[in-house]
Amino acid sequence: MNSKAFALFKKDFSSEVRTRYAINALVMFIIIAISVILFSVGDERITPGLTGGLLWVVIFFSAMSGLSRAFVSEEERGTALTLQLIASPATVFSGKVLFNIILVFLMNIIITLLYSAFFDEFIIRNFLLFLITFLLGNIGLAVSSTIIAAIIAKAGAKGTLYPVLSFPILLPLILTSVKLTLYSIDGTTIEESIFELAIVASYDGLMISASYMLFDFIWKD
Amino acid sequence: MVWKIFLFLLLSFVSVAGIAFPIVEKPSAWYEFPLIPGLEENAKIIFFHVPTAWLTVIAFAMSTIFSIKYLRKRNLDDDAKSYAAAQLGIIFCILATITGAVWAKFAWGSFWSWDPRQTSIFALLLIYGAWFALRSSIESEEKRASLSSVYAIIAFLTVPFFIFIMPRIMAGLHPGSADDTNAGPVVDFKMNSNMQLIFFLSLIGFTILYFWMWRLGYKSIIYKDKLNKILLTSHN
Repeated sequence: MNSKAFALFKKDFSSEVRTRYAINALVMFIIIAISVILFSVGDERITPGLTGGLLWVVIFFSAMSGLSRAFVSEEERGTALTLQLIASPATVFSGKVLFNIILVFLMNIIITLLYSAFFDEFIIRNFLLFLITFLLGNIGLAVSSTIIAAIIAKAGAKGTLYPVLSFPILLPLILTSVKLTLYSIDGTTIEESIFELAIVASYDGLMISASYMLFDFIWKD
Repeated sequence: MVWKIFLFLLLSFVSVAGIAFPIVEKPSAWYEFPLIPGLEENAKIIFFHVPTAWLTVIAFAMSTIFSIKYLRKRNLDDDAKSYAAAQLGIIFCILATITGAVWAKFAWGSFWSWDPRQTSIFALLLIYGAWFALRSSIESEEKRASLSSVYAIIAFLTVPFFIFIMPRIMAGLHPGSADDTNAGPVVDFKMNSNMQLIFFLSLIGFTILYFWMWRLGYKSIIYKDKLNKILLTSHN
């Protein structure tokens, strides 16, 4: 099953490299989002805490812009039925989640790098804490976004409904990740942030298990 | 019929008692409430705010239970029950948000301060709204039922985060937060036994009202569907 899931991931990855949609449209979106914030802020001083929160605003909207492609592209190209025939639901979901995780990590690394470049106040004191938050938060973001993408792909609602459905599900993750980012900017130790880390870790575990169990019901027509 | 009259009397008594009974320093008569410092007259909103908040969670839980039932048995009646519960749930959620904001104005000075529990009820409102938006975007009955059932279950899994974990960990204004010294007027028993009685009667009365409305709701949906099907088939 693992090799089949990996093969599905490779198929999606190669088609992305071929069309370069992610590289073009998503990176442009990230640049535009950061530019909008820069222009809106203008000459005002932003506190370091505010930059931490704004980081996750950009991360969230970039995710909403890019992560639904995993399933919506299958429906649009008409290959969804073929996919249903050749692989079990869990395999399909594994392949798509792997693709979205890689996409989220790439996106967020670009976002964080651009962010640190443009916002001088964004200085992380406790880098290890930020790294753990980044890791756990991105996995949670990818998994939740993938299952919601599966729902809206079948619903035929596509773009407009995706942020509406995703935001309440992602809210515990975003709120806690923003808090953890603020902690890492302030330099709080990992021992002091253990509660918030536990929340994000349990959210990840919960979402992964629930998504695998529920995906069967979405996928089978 | 008898229990409907009983429910009417119970809720009337609770509403009158909740609003009209005076709050005095040293309650002596059976119809007097004690003075809770900091809340005074505004304490009476507790009889209406807590039941609405309690019921919106109950409604969501029931919607999820019938969603699970639907996914197992594929019986559209379960979907109707889930839908009726969600309809009531969003109404009570709006009421809970409004009564909470009104109470916040008296107690904390502003209608909305993004306290963790206020954020949670707002998130619940978003979940309900998203659920109804998802339903309205799908035409096929079975697909609508199965997709909205999956979404309800996923959303319900985030509810423990909102309701139990985050408000207790983060500092906030609502009773029961991390930095709150007292657990609130109910748990701390600042209410005397009269007030507690009216409070629990209010809770019970509103819960019975909810179950009655829910039963009416899902039955009317099921009958309407049946009638539509009969009309469609009889035209041929």
